Amino acid sequence: MEKQEVKKDQEPIISIKGLYKSFGDKDVLKDINLEISKGENMVVLGRSGSGKSVLIKILVGLLSFDKGTVKVFGKEVDKLSGKDLDALRLRIGFSFQNSALYDSMNVRQNLEFPLTMNKKDVNKGEVKKAVEEVLEAVGLKEKINEMPGDLSGGQRKRIGIARTLILKPEIMLYDEPTSGLDPITSEEINKLINDVQKKYNTTSIIITHDLTCAKETGSRVAMLLDGKFEKIGKFDEVFDPKSSHKDNKEIKSFFDYNFIQ
Amino acid sequence: MNSSQRRYLFSKGIDQYFTDVYKAYRFVIRFFKEVIHPPFHFKEIINQCFELGLKSLPLITLTGFVTGIVFTKQSRPSLAEFGATSWLPSLISIAIVRALGSLVTGLICAGKVGSSIGAELGSMKVTEQIDAMEVSAINPFKYLVSTRVLACTITIPILGLYCGFVALMGSYFSVHKNEATSIVSFFHNGFSTITFLDIFSSLAKSIVFGFTIGMIGCYKGYNATNGTQGVGKAANQAVVLAMFLVFIEEVVIVQMANWIRDY
Ligand SMILES: Nc1ncnc2c1ncn2[C@@H]1O[C@H](COP(=O)(O)OP(=O)(O)OP(=O)(O)O)[C@@H](O)[C@H]1O
Ligand SMILES: [Mg+2]
Repeated sequence: MEKQEVKKDQEPIISIKGLYKSFGDKDVLKDINLEISKGENMVVLGRSGSGKSVLIKILVGLLSFDKGTVKVFGKEVDKLSGKDLDALRLRIGFSFQNSALYDSMNVRQNLEFPLTMNKKDVNKGEVKKAVEEVLEAVGLKEKINEMPGDLSGGQRKRIGIARTLILKPEIMLYDEPTSGLDPITSEEINKLINDVQKKYNTTSIIITHDLTCAKETGSRVAMLLDGKFEKIGKFDEVFDPKSSHKDNKEIKSFFDYNFIQ
Repeated sequence: MNSSQRRYLFSKGIDQYFTDVYKAYRFVIRFFKEVIHPPFHFKEIINQCFELGLKSLPLITLTGFVTGIVFTKQSRPSLAEFGATSWLPSLISIAIVRALGSLVTGLICAGKVGSSIGAELGSMKVTEQIDAMEVSAINPFKYLVSTRVLACTITIPILGLYCGFVALMGSYFSVHKNEATSIVSFFHNGFSTITFLDIFSSLAKSIVFGFTIGMIGCYKGYNATNGTQGVGKAANQAVVLAMFLVFIEEVVIVQMANWIRDY
């Protein structure tokens, strides 16, 4: 099974045990187990509709679940509410699949919004500095006064990431950061993810279909199949042509699809 | 029987209806809970007052004025039959102050404001902007719903009074042209029959309309599902439901005002 490189004395930052989630009579997640320790970049792979987005939405308390325990920073997410939940959410950055930028605000306002709403004591100078810093980090300084509607998909993704960085999160959750982007832009995003991890020292979960992204950004990868993690381990172990491909058609086709081209 | 098949208390439709009513009830209760606790987002409330109120002003002006003129023109022949055209100002004033001003404003705002809130919140919902607020520890209900409902409750009564005033001006315009009444005697005549209760009940009506319109728009938008199609549906349902409720409330409040009057 999975190889745990977690030191026994160090509590995992994210710990999921026996997680079940269904919508109506459709079971989406069935017995999910996962532990992520500090500084790891965990890549979650899986087919469309396999429940990857649902999984990370559960981590921030956007969705409830049916059974199991989900702990982030040692706290059970479903037991938190109000101020405690907000405090937890401030430590987590969530980059949405479709960026979810606020359409009615320009880039600057999008970035300022989480900061000014949460920290009442910051002054204008500090806000300005923080905005410039995260824009610099995602390399889009010149777009500061544009509206989200005027940005390309890749730029929107990067602004979305910048918006989460402004609160200096300790965990980053990326929902398909490279989907629908050309290889060069994808490459830039992969680099951005790695840079963010180095610069802000984050622990990340990266959801993707894109094996290049998985290979470049992930310290471990997990395959989500039929609501369970089929394989968890280093990229080369999971996609070892000699072993796993043989016993699992899905993993093989995933691999072939990405690398044959 | 398949065990995973859901059982219904009555039938699918009826159960669904009661769940919806309960959901709407919870939404309204949540509004009152959230609105009394800080933070209050005053800046956003004022911003929404301008967005929703000020931008409806041209339409209200036009509709109010036209209503005044048309109503006067249409009433004149009937009164002329009895040679009672001098009663026009008081007849019109009663109609406008008691009913038309707030009702016309209510209906126009149900269309304009209700649909714009429904569509805006609906699209924010389906593009996960509301979720994005939530995960950055901002209470979207407080920031989006409470502010808009308050803005509607504040601005729609003001628009209602304004609409009444413009309608009276429209009416004066017509009366002045035909009967050559002076503005002083027009208003003197008009207001001699208006009581405090008339103005008060009309204002109360507008406040209720404003609250309803804001609440319905927010409720439908906030609970939109199914992508862009859901946004259109939310806006549409917001308008239909708000207009329907405005009429119901009109009838109820008029009835209540009449009880008080008789009392
Ligand atoms: N709010 C919801 N209500 C009902 N069903 C839902 C809801 N959210 C997700 N689902 C269902 O859960 C399943 C998993 O959805 P999810 O969005 O997690 O997929 P995904 O793995 O992220 O796919 P993709 O790669 O396309 O984003 C889907 O079948 C979807 O229909
Ligand atoms: Mg997804």
